Amino acid sequence: MENKLKLEVITPYGEVISEEVDEVYAPGVEGDFGVLPGHFPFMTAIKIGVLTYKKGNETYYAFVNRGYAEVLNDRVLILVGSAEKAEEIDVERAMAAKARAEERLRKAAEGATDIDFARAQAALERATIRIQIATKLIPK
Amino acid sequence: MPTLRDIRKKIKALHGTKKITSAMKMVAAAKLRKVQDSMLRYRPYATKLQQVLADLAGAVELRGDLPPLLLRRPVKNVFVVIITSDKGLCGAFNTNIIRFATKEIDRLKKEGLNVIISVVGRKARDYFRRRNIPLKNVWTGISGRLQYSHAEIISQEIINSYVTEAVDEVLLIYNEFKTMISQRVVMNRVLPIGRLTAEGVQPTPFYPFTYEPRAPELFTMLLPMYVEIQVYRALLESQAAEEAARMTAMDNATKNCEELIKKTTLIANKVRQASITKELMDIVGGVEALKQSEA
Repeated sequence: MENKLKLEVITPYGEVISEEVDEVYAPGVEGDFGVLPGHFPFMTAIKIGVLTYKKGNETYYAFVNRGYAEVLNDRVLILVGSAEKAEEIDVERAMAAKARAEERLRKAAEGATDIDFARAQAALERATIRIQIATKLIPK
Repeated sequence: MPTLRDIRKKIKALHGTKKITSAMKMVAAAKLRKVQDSMLRYRPYATKLQQVLADLAGAVELRGDLPPLLLRRPVKNVFVVIITSDKGLCGAFNTNIIRFATKEIDRLKKEGLNVIISVVGRKARDYFRRRNIPLKNVWTGISGRLQYSHAEIISQEIINSYVTEAVDEVLLIYNEFKTMISQRVVMNRVLPIGRLTAEGVQPTPFYPFTYEPRAPELFTMLLPMYVEIQVYRALLESQAAEEAARMTAMDNATKNCEELIKKTTLIANKVRQASITKELMDIVGGVEALKQSEA
């Protein structure tokens, strides 16, 4: 096996992805970054977004929550609060979450004080990205 | 003396109760398995994260400007978070933890500290509400469908209180799952974070990592995750302990039912035998009387 990357995505619920891949793109807090085999040792924090990885000519997508990433010896390790492969995303649940978050943000804008603005915003972001991945990027 | 009919009815009722308690035991066992399973799946995440943070702490060479979560202050306000269950019928599970917590709170108060309390679970909420003790936060509906996001929410609250200096120390009180039949109440200090240790893992040999953002900032960013994994662990432990306690309690209840059934059956047999004897005596008495009148 030559020049492959080992991609591992670990969440509190277990391992979501553990595969040999050719390329990885992940949403770092300081900007998205790409990893090819032979990358230098690298550590960063991950923000809510899309994780992309390529195997041959196939491109796969996954949702990642915020967390941490490490690249070492052709191994990409991603530790996040939650993650799902594109085909595993529950769109209906994401839609419901989006509606709920929007409702909360609307109420907060109207001056309700018992709403955690940051949390609602994060929920909205998560839901929006999940929906995007599931509806637009799902592999054929 | 109760009639035979009454006793038989009671035995039937006992059989019913036994069925219910043994079913509840089975349900608790199934739930416990589920929780233990999630504990197992959670372990790689926790171990790896702890290791990463310990490595980072080494790399950062903490000098002078500590991240706020590591910063110690003279303690004036203590934040106590107590984890209980939502449902009862689990033996002394909640009683134990509440007794321990109250004692701890009294002790802290005696030391002249201001104690702020938050609770997880309906049982602790009801206890403190009845006594008119103000609670800062109440989180219910967690037991049974624990998610990592619950830990995130609780951690957020804890961290906010700490960073805004509303509290100077955060203690977490919960039941630890020791074995099937024993739980232990433990108290952990969550904040300020003490030594970052990764249990049972080798420190990673040094690699010339590139950090983005720079190591100290990255470290500060990841520290809340350390709080989260601790809170999540506590919640998981508490869940496992709860189901184990319920299993034991229901097992005992089933055994008690069996014993009662045995005892009551004995009484029923005695009553039945007594009535038979009485009837026999009536017959014998009647025959005797007839004999005498014939003679």
